[in-house]
Amino acid sequence: MSYFEYLAEFGPRFVDGTIITALQTVLAAVLAIFIAFVAGLMRMSPNPLIRGIATVYIEIFRGTSLLVQLYWIFFVLPLFGITLEKFTAGFVAVGMNLGAYGAELVRGGILSVPRGQWEAALALNMSPTKRMIRIIFPQALLNMLPPWGNLLIELLKGTALVSLISVSDLMFEAKQINSTTFLSIQAFGTALVIYYVMARFAITPFMRWLERFMSRKLGRA
Amino acid sequence: MGFDWRWDFTFEILPRLLLATLNTLLAAGLGYAIAVVLGLVLALAQRTPSRVLTRAVREVVEFIRSTPLVLQIFFVYYVGPQFGIRLSPWTSGMIAIGLHYASYLSEVYRGGLESVPKGQWEAARALNFSTARTYFRIIIPQALPPSLAGMGNYLVGIFKDTPMLSVIGVAELMHTANAIGSESYRFLEPYTLVGVIFLLISLPTAALIRVFESWVRKKLGLI
Repeated sequence: MSYFEYLAEFGPRFVDGTIITALQTVLAAVLAIFIAFVAGLMRMSPNPLIRGIATVYIEIFRGTSLLVQLYWIFFVLPLFGITLEKFTAGFVAVGMNLGAYGAELVRGGILSVPRGQWEAALALNMSPTKRMIRIIFPQALLNMLPPWGNLLIELLKGTALVSLISVSDLMFEAKQINSTTFLSIQAFGTALVIYYVMARFAITPFMRWLERFMSRKLGRA
Repeated sequence: MGFDWRWDFTFEILPRLLLATLNTLLAAGLGYAIAVVLGLVLALAQRTPSRVLTRAVREVVEFIRSTPLVLQIFFVYYVGPQFGIRLSPWTSGMIAIGLHYASYLSEVYRGGLESVPKGQWEAARALNFSTARTYFRIIIPQALPPSLAGMGNYLVGIFKDTPMLSVIGVAELMHTANAIGSESYRFLEPYTLVGVIFLLISLPTAALIRVFESWVRKKLGLI
């Protein structure tokens, strides 16, 4: 079977898998960004209890493997009465894991805003909320965008693990096709190339565009 | 609610899990050893005068870095037999994880190597050092301290990625926990213990790496 015949036969399944992977990536990214901001801000709270909760969360999720967390959420959480459907369990695990890494980026981004900006906002009598939203956040966001690009690629790669709890993503389809055809280099090779294209020609250009857009908005371009 | 932690079961499976932890550590150690050496090769290959080689290695590194490790593990394990080469789970696992982290480490080294001032090269040249000697005696020792933080992070990283080896049947911690789970239909204890073991190893290791890093810096008179 030539590779074109192979693609003609299995192409649609690769496309289906890619759509699920893209969906998992987007949902996990939304969750990760949300968690990163909440945990990152909690880490900077003056209240030691709030800071402690965030630290424990971050250390647990950064200190263990994504795969362990995924299995734990999928197999153990139901014992506590929280049963997540496999699709949900997949992106929740990936999002919670990468959110813990993102929290440190958020903290670093906020700390990278020069002290004078805080003082100036204070001098202008801005409320803490307004200061954060109007002055600190936009600058912090721009500073943390480049590492977020890497993190999103890690997140895309992380979603491949959801195939292990039988979410029919790209990796899962590749495995299924491989087990019926035994043409491993075609099955796994095609999947690898698709992941690469998604990372290199979707996520990376998007983040570049976002950086340019943000810096234009802040008048730094 | 099926939440009932059984301590007798915990102590029954703990020895098995601890034994498997040794395999996990071995896998992480072997994979890291491969990555440290191969990563240096990949970094140095990008510094040769040959434009084609630099470009090709760069693309390969980018490719490996932006695709999932678990897929690469499958790829290495299943592609061999298609050409009549059968690799054991351990061999293919070590190749995949070693290669994956080599591409990460090559980026760390690249940063370190680029941070060495150009004058060092010129001085070595003036002293009539060969390229190899310049690298090993002058450049790499100076590129090492700035690379240490990244190297340490990836040591913890490779340790945390070893559970992925369970997918091709390497008998490490996760694989053992899966086996216990399917034998006893109890998932609470094995998976929780795996998490705890990972935490108990990765957090102190990360802390130790920080200490080691500052020790090296002090030793080299950088602080």
